[in-house]
Amino acid sequence: MGFGPFLLLATLEGTVMAAVLALSAVGLSLTFGVMRVVNVAHGEFFMLGAVLSWAVSLYAPNPVLAFALALVLVPLAVGGLAALADAAVLKRLNYDPEATIVATIGLSYILQQAALTFFGPDARPVEAPFSLRLQFPWFGYSGYKLFVVLAAAAILLAVWTFLRRSRAGLVMRATQVDRNTARAFGIDVDRVYMGTFALGAALAALGAVLIVPIQQAHYLMGHDPLLLSFIVVIIGGLGSIRGTLVAALLIGLSDGIISMFFSPTLAKIIATLAVALVLVFRPQGLFGERA
Amino acid sequence: MKALALHIAVIAGLWLLHGLLPAYHHGNMARIMVLAVFAMGYNIAFGYTGLLSLGHALFLAAGMYAMGLGAQHFGTGALPGLILGTLAGGGIAGLVGLLALRTAGVSFMIVTLMFAQAGYLTLLYFGAVTGGDEGFPLPAAARILAGLDLTQDGPRYLVALALFSVGLMAQLALVQSRFGRVMVAMRENEDRSRMLGYNPFRVKLTALILSGLYAGAAGAAYGLLFGYVGASFATIQFSILPMLYVLLGGAGTTLGPLLGAVLMFYLIDTASTHSSAHLLVIGVALLVLVLFAPKGLLGTLRDRGIRWLP
Amino acid sequence: MAAMILEAQGLARAFGGLRAVDGVDFALRAGEIHALIGPNGAGKTTFVSLLSGRQRADAGTIRFDGADITRLPAHDRVARGIAYTFQITSIYAGLDVFANLALAVQRQRGADLAADVRAAAARVGLQDHLATRAGELSYGHQRLLEVGMGLALQPRLLILDEPTQGLAAAEIAGFIALIRSLVPATTVLLIEHNMEVVMDLAQRITVLNFGKVLATGSPEEIRANPAVQAAYLGTPDA
Repeated sequence: MGFGPFLLLATLEGTVMAAVLALSAVGLSLTFGVMRVVNVAHGEFFMLGAVLSWAVSLYAPNPVLAFALALVLVPLAVGGLAALADAAVLKRLNYDPEATIVATIGLSYILQQAALTFFGPDARPVEAPFSLRLQFPWFGYSGYKLFVVLAAAAILLAVWTFLRRSRAGLVMRATQVDRNTARAFGIDVDRVYMGTFALGAALAALGAVLIVPIQQAHYLMGHDPLLLSFIVVIIGGLGSIRGTLVAALLIGLSDGIISMFFSPTLAKIIATLAVALVLVFRPQGLFGERA
Repeated sequence: MKALALHIAVIAGLWLLHGLLPAYHHGNMARIMVLAVFAMGYNIAFGYTGLLSLGHALFLAAGMYAMGLGAQHFGTGALPGLILGTLAGGGIAGLVGLLALRTAGVSFMIVTLMFAQAGYLTLLYFGAVTGGDEGFPLPAAARILAGLDLTQDGPRYLVALALFSVGLMAQLALVQSRFGRVMVAMRENEDRSRMLGYNPFRVKLTALILSGLYAGAAGAAYGLLFGYVGASFATIQFSILPMLYVLLGGAGTTLGPLLGAVLMFYLIDTASTHSSAHLLVIGVALLVLVLFAPKGLLGTLRDRGIRWLP
Repeated sequence: MAAMILEAQGLARAFGGLRAVDGVDFALRAGEIHALIGPNGAGKTTFVSLLSGRQRADAGTIRFDGADITRLPAHDRVARGIAYTFQITSIYAGLDVFANLALAVQRQRGADLAADVRAAAARVGLQDHLATRAGELSYGHQRLLEVGMGLALQPRLLILDEPTQGLAAAEIAGFIALIRSLVPATTVLLIEHNMEVVMDLAQRITVLNFGKVLATGSPEEIRANPAVQAAYLGTPDA
């Protein structure tokens, strides 16, 4: 296989990664933007999404139904769990930035333990809902992977419309700008926070439902999505959805390409260092406006 | 005076335990004392200076690998290895601090986390030299310190105790010194401290380097005493552990790191012998501490009347 | 003419479109007590923040004791002898009074820290509260501690931002006596709303309005200045 087809393959893989990453990162970005909370347990919500989809697949009669059920039930379950965590822990800490980081670290350990105890230590494969294969002149490519990209794009479009067009979205954006003023205008800030935290977690879970037929479910799988979501959110500019999307594409593609031509580890080293340097020298992110 | 006596009593108590403890707990205590040195370093940064770092595993690993690679490739002895490791921990902490201390609060946490992660990945990337996650065993020849064979239980305990004692007394002297007071001042009110003429960046950098020296010494000692060097010590888990020890024992108390290390070690140990629930123990401990006892055991005790506790 | 200890020229600082300090020329004579007055929002606190280095000037120069300090960070200016006390009390609420004062006293590298701290506490009448946690002091005592920390730096220029705010009448009288005892060894620049304190203490007064200097002069000159009366004390014919 020549360089061109190889690059095409790397770009395809990168795009799939970028799509799922965008879902998870937008979730993280929302919680940070609206609540000023850095949610370290975000990767665990992703992991739960994958593990729960595997659990759903055990009870469903066929892969298509399993996928459809998971797409609906898993985000609801994970979102509900997040809402519970918000009420039981984050709210009591008054959303103090440093304390919530420590608390969400604690939460991530508990969620890992729960997944380990209930679903075991093994990696669990989930069958894709369909197994179409697209034949390029040089290699065949999974049709499901391209479906993932389209589905992620559709979900992101829906989220964007929700934020821009709906009343709930308006209330969230108002709270993001100034929580005290929002409260003065009669907005129930506690409920907005709970909803935002749940929505952020549900988006991570959705990403996981989409990816789990490609990548197996495992109780420690939340680590990489967390790290990469962090990287995307910070490089894109904390709390900026548009920046997050651009950064997801950038990181997903460059990760795919560097991973294929050099090594996945090198790609991650470069990305983590980039994040640290962006935070130090350009805290508003590469695409954010200076405050 | 009371504080000094208390610290000497603690060290004497640990020395007495050397003769009393059954083998299993004897081995555990040696491990705990080294981890407590690591936690004391974390305490200097977080407890006293208010620098909440998520990257101390990097400084621990720097000390461990500086010692281990030296022994492996250049045949450095145990004592030079320990010194090398201590300096490596401080040096890396200084480099990270030069950049990370331009940020504060949440950004500082994420920047230190990212640097530590990059360090861990770098250890994996150069797996041919570092052994990656598998690590490599330290040759027995490298584990002779001043004639003491560190593969033996007795010398191992005593060396751990010696390192711990030096660390503890140095920490006490530090926090009772004028500079120690300035560290606390940065934690309490950075703006006021600047207007008293203290350079916040320089104070915090110094504290972070001191903290890194402790972490580096602990890393090198851990490798020497237990004969193993590996990249797993650079993972985020080893950044969270000292935070957990310090939060439990009491941030900003000299004896908190030891108390937290002992309690947490045995809590995790008990949980993992009876079940596989050690993740749960760590998670619940973090949540409970941050929700209900943010000052930890000794910090709460100090608030409730024992004001002289340093 | 007395020697100038501090001179500012063309000092400016804007926040967005608002010119908080707009081309101010200003000079302090060594050893004087100088008051800075003006209506709320006139730029007084911003102006002294530029002098103390808590904020960077957009334009202009500041000379202290002959040296250009415009680019020096705040802590270096403090080391050169410019002390600043905060308008909103800024002390170490979690530490005891001794530690609060010691942090200021130990800048001087004296031999006996404990004795020097006791002396610093006695100057502001807090000698009986050394073991009290600063956050537990009464508001008036916290203000005095704030001033005491500034004094303990043994500054050559002491900048006080609304020092008498919230003090009882008896405490104000003690405060006035304390400030008077500082000069001429120390130069004092004082932002103050209480006109009785200003007229009692100040040898010279500068009036700021909309970020610009409206007038500078002795208390009598300021009192008689029609522009000041119009802008600040009310319209002359009222």
